Amino acid sequence: MKVLVAVKRVIDYNVKIRVKPDHSDVDLTNVKMAMNPFCEIAVEEAVRLKEQGVASEIVAVTVGPKAAQEQLRTALALGADRAIHVETEARVESLAVAKLLKAVVDEEQPDLVILGKQAIDTDNNQTGQMLAALSGMPQATFASAVTLDNGELHVTREIDGGLQTVALTLPAVVTTDLRLNEPRYAKLPDIMKAKKKPLESKTPEALGVSVESGLKLLGVETPAERKGGVKVGSVDELVEKLKTEAKVL
Amino acid sequence: MSILILAEQHDGELAAGTAHVVAAARAIGGDIDVLVAGEGVDAVAQAAAGLDGVSRVRVADDAVYAHQLAEPLAALLVALADDYTHVLAASSTTGKNVLPRLAALRDVAQISDILEVVSDDTFKRPIYAGNAIATVQSSDPLKVITVRTTAFDAVADGGSAAIEPVAADVSNASSRFIGEELAQSDRPELGSAKIVISGGRGMGSGDNFKLLEGIADKLGAAIGASRAAVDAGFVPNDMQVGQTGKIVAPELYIAVGISGAIQHLAGMKDSKVIVAINKDEDAPIFQVADYGLVGDLFEILPALEQKL
Repeated sequence: MKVLVAVKRVIDYNVKIRVKPDHSDVDLTNVKMAMNPFCEIAVEEAVRLKEQGVASEIVAVTVGPKAAQEQLRTALALGADRAIHVETEARVESLAVAKLLKAVVDEEQPDLVILGKQAIDTDNNQTGQMLAALSGMPQATFASAVTLDNGELHVTREIDGGLQTVALTLPAVVTTDLRLNEPRYAKLPDIMKAKKKPLESKTPEALGVSVESGLKLLGVETPAERKGGVKVGSVDELVEKLKTEAKVL
Repeated sequence: MSILILAEQHDGELAAGTAHVVAAARAIGGDIDVLVAGEGVDAVAQAAAGLDGVSRVRVADDAVYAHQLAEPLAALLVALADDYTHVLAASSTTGKNVLPRLAALRDVAQISDILEVVSDDTFKRPIYAGNAIATVQSSDPLKVITVRTTAFDAVADGGSAAIEPVAADVSNASSRFIGEELAQSDRPELGSAKIVISGGRGMGSGDNFKLLEGIADKLGAAIGASRAAVDAGFVPNDMQVGQTGKIVAPELYIAVGISGAIQHLAGMKDSKVIVAINKDEDAPIFQVADYGLVGDLFEILPALEQKL
């Protein structure tokens, strides 16, 4: 089985973000960037499927600027066999990314596409579902377990209130949730080897996809800061204040 | 303007989130229809028809929609979308699963998790785990939107919308429901509870979450957890409050043994009153708490339960 795994370059999850003074966007100059954490889980799942003998080839793909090749090299160091970089400096919304990934899916014909459920920058939670719809594939979002059973993919999903298990025909799209696996770290020899693995660059134009969007970002603001309140000295004082001052009990 | 809302349902009942989505639709303005899709959904349709501001409930009662699988639900919405300028759903695991499919099939953007309606085409939504708020404008002919339900007050009951069946030729051969395990609890649902008490890594073990249960029972509260507590294996992921879990905004949020990582704050900082109980007086959670109590939670929790 051939697995395509999509990754995104985003701000490192430990970095505290700043809004630009002109409120046009979040300021990403000179901040540490990394692979989106949910994408790390997607890569790890693909590698585990290969280790189990279920997957035969793993192709990593990203859509983004030149620097996003760093995240593809990370995916290669973690175990992907080759990588595809759809290079664009434009601000690409989920629908455009899904269209670009569909074009890659059409060329590569994978049996399974694994993506993170959302990126921690835009928090959209859309791309996997959109790719599935455009490619006519079934989807299992928020996956916490993935197995192949008699040619069908069985996926356990984290839904509100519990877990749901679905069976999908292949090819299919899976998006990862936190508990699917715990991603490994790349080892130094693998990082060195990854530099020699094939990485192919493509452009949206070559794939015949327009990255224009019906969405316009009008501005970004910092949310109202919550102010800390008072420290209370005892449980009695706490209960008293909740009853008489906050009036929530 | 004409708005279609995908009703949210749990266990054959209308879920509380739908009344909040109707409130967001009223802020946009226009006629509001609610789509109830499922198998044996009379009770859900009746409840939806009672929501204030709903003009019509459209019911697709068919086995193909049972278990709310994304493929048939999106196909149904695509078939109905011509009649509407906006399609809305709660930003629940169902809404997030289905609406991007609809948007892609209609070649329009999807706007996730809106917090505020600025106008019928402009909305505010959180990005970067709620550390920034983006204002986005859509020029698409159809706006496909998921709504953060905690950001809109629920509409009241008192409406009496017409209920009409819809017929659409939808089949599904690509996905199949196998089973589900839903947490059985007499407590309110985390997303809609008026009081939430959550435990973090400081709880030390899953067993110690019992200390929260007595308090939750006395307060009629839901029990949540931080991602650290979930990652440590203390409790299941559906209890997680935070950027990667549930977003809650109750009247009272009690954080116990939770340090207050950004990712947790993103899930609860819109609560009306926040109480933090932590042994580390420098824990960041105290910077957002209205009332902080520094001390050993294993002494504080039993005392608190007794005092309530």
